[in-house]
Amino acid sequence: MKWQMKTLALAAAMAVAGSAFAQAKKDEKKEEDKISGGVVKIGVLNDQSSLYADLGGQGSVLAVKMAIADFNAAKNGLKVEVIFADHQNKPDVGSQIASKWIDSEGVDMIIDTPNSGVALAVNQVVRDKKKVFINSGAASSDLTGAKCSPNTIHWTYDTWMLANGTGSAIVKNGGDTWFFLTADYAFGHALERDTEAVVLKNGGKVLGKVRHPLNTQDFSSFLLQAQSSKAKIVGLANAGGDTSNSIKQAAEFGIVKGGQNLAGLLVFLTDVHALGLEKAQGLIFTETFYWDQNDASRAFTKRFAAANGGKYPTMVHAGVYAGTLHYLKAVAALKSDDGTDVVAQMKKTPTDDPLFGKGTIRADGRKIHPAYLFEVKKPSESKGPYDYYKLKATIPADQAFRPLKDGGCELVK
Amino acid sequence: MDQIFGIPINAFMGQLLIGLINGSFYALLSLGLAVIFGLLNIINFTHGAQYMMGAFGAYFLLNKLGLNYWWALFVVPILVGATGVVIERFMLSKLYKLDHLYGLLLTFGLALIIEGIFRNEFGSAGLPYSMPSQLEGGHNLGFMFLPNYRGWVIGASLVVCIGTWLLIEKTKLGAYLRAATENPKMVEAFGVNVPRMITLTYGFGVALAALAGVFAAPIYQVSPQMGSSLIIVVFAVVVIGGMGSILGAVITGFGLGIIEGLTKVFYPEASNTVIFVIMAIVLMIRPQGLFGQR
Repeated sequence: MKWQMKTLALAAAMAVAGSAFAQAKKDEKKEEDKISGGVVKIGVLNDQSSLYADLGGQGSVLAVKMAIADFNAAKNGLKVEVIFADHQNKPDVGSQIASKWIDSEGVDMIIDTPNSGVALAVNQVVRDKKKVFINSGAASSDLTGAKCSPNTIHWTYDTWMLANGTGSAIVKNGGDTWFFLTADYAFGHALERDTEAVVLKNGGKVLGKVRHPLNTQDFSSFLLQAQSSKAKIVGLANAGGDTSNSIKQAAEFGIVKGGQNLAGLLVFLTDVHALGLEKAQGLIFTETFYWDQNDASRAFTKRFAAANGGKYPTMVHAGVYAGTLHYLKAVAALKSDDGTDVVAQMKKTPTDDPLFGKGTIRADGRKIHPAYLFEVKKPSESKGPYDYYKLKATIPADQAFRPLKDGGCELVK
Repeated sequence: MDQIFGIPINAFMGQLLIGLINGSFYALLSLGLAVIFGLLNIINFTHGAQYMMGAFGAYFLLNKLGLNYWWALFVVPILVGATGVVIERFMLSKLYKLDHLYGLLLTFGLALIIEGIFRNEFGSAGLPYSMPSQLEGGHNLGFMFLPNYRGWVIGASLVVCIGTWLLIEKTKLGAYLRAATENPKMVEAFGVNVPRMITLTYGFGVALAALAGVFAAPIYQVSPQMGSSLIIVVFAVVVIGGMGSILGAVITGFGLGIIEGLTKVFYPEASNTVIFVIMAIVLMIRPQGLFGQR
């Protein structure tokens, strides 16, 4: 009799446990249903082989992987995968890859994507297919303006921010006559337009401009035109190799010695590294992240550089890391990877990460954080590798980016 | 102030001179291509990568071995030329009996591989190379500020171009070379080692590209893709000058540099297409090129 009771009790206990187990199993299954394919798949789409490969490239893939590890995806019940591809700076190639990724490879989120031309194309694809696009590498402020989308978040910087930060600081310091050297495509035009507006607003004048093809080797002819314009400031509305080549050759032609100054409107850490401090010293520009800002950014950089062949992270890499982190938080909170829902959740929750600190994402998809005006150090001031910048000014988060109402984004009511 | 076509004459003179400087790079590179095509019948698509290797070679000599620019001018062309000799000996020499297309495919593939390796190792942003101190600074010519280094590049490349032309057109060695392209069997019958001559010719053409790379290192960014952006223009220069014509390559190199420079003043957006427009026109009117014979 006694053993009968015992068995019964055991059976009952097992039944209860069993049903609880079954319930748990069922819950898990439900969650899996909301995560498409049971996997959160992130695609890094950027330039892997040409002039923007160092500021994004494989470094961005690494940044995504670090974010997944730091988020501790497995503990949070998420399975996350990363893939990457080279868009070759061609909008058609970029949008083709994006479509294929989403349609047949189950990619839930596309990240990075420098080159404004490609970014605007991918922006449309992701919007049509209702997934998530977190842009860190491209500059055009149209991504959160006329072309804004409920599926896109623009994380790191944009042309308005660059123009506002660098342009107004320079005009206020007496640099009131400008000559633009502009890369002849969507990005250069946007940067020139936004900077010109800032210069004029602050009482400056634009004496001339010249548009050069993307990936130009020799700038001497354009620099000579800038020289004869007698403008106090030569504004470089270009990026990557074009910027470093124009700075290098400006030094050669004695532009700075002749009393004119250069304004690099978009300069990355990799460009300064490529130029060397001797040529880059004194250059003023705006960025939103520098590795030597605080303990958290230094700790991140140490890990990043160790896995990236000693190369330090740019602000694009930082944005990719922080964007991925915030995205995974939203997916975990919703227990879903539905594109439009996740972006809404990301906008609803304040951001908090070790690289950009606390911030917000606006209705138009613009991530808001402070911007910093940096000056490149003299060789004598630099204490070690990558010790390149000194902080000139901090532009508070609420002033760093274009006011919400001025962007013309349809999502803003 | 006096004006020419609506721009001040001073600015115009400055742009002419700058065109001449760029032209000297075109001339040096197209000269190497013309030598190789003229004597080997190979369309050397690796030329841009070899130019890039020249610039990287200068960087390594300075930063790893402490050998300055002047050393690089001699050492780098020899080293890169030697890699050219290896390529000719073990790969190109197998293709002479086949269609031109195979040589083109091989050299194009090699260029992609070399650039890929360099990009993997050194990234795409490029490396800094500083100017030799003797050539820093510049002179005010009245109409423009001419950096000393650019003046040196014009002079040095003119000397190299004229020297090469004299070597091929006026010396006995040059006569052998030209004879060997006309009829290798006959020349061999006179006891000349034609295969070795061809190998050395390729090495020489490659060395010219490397020399241009050393010239470029202090003023352009030393980066893996520096060659691929230039090589297409240089091919256009060779086609306009007439494939295989050495004098044609030099003269069109300088001439097109000037035309491109002036386009940058009058209509900058077209500056990277103007050479191809000229190429199309030349091919329609004179398919063998301006200086080509046939």
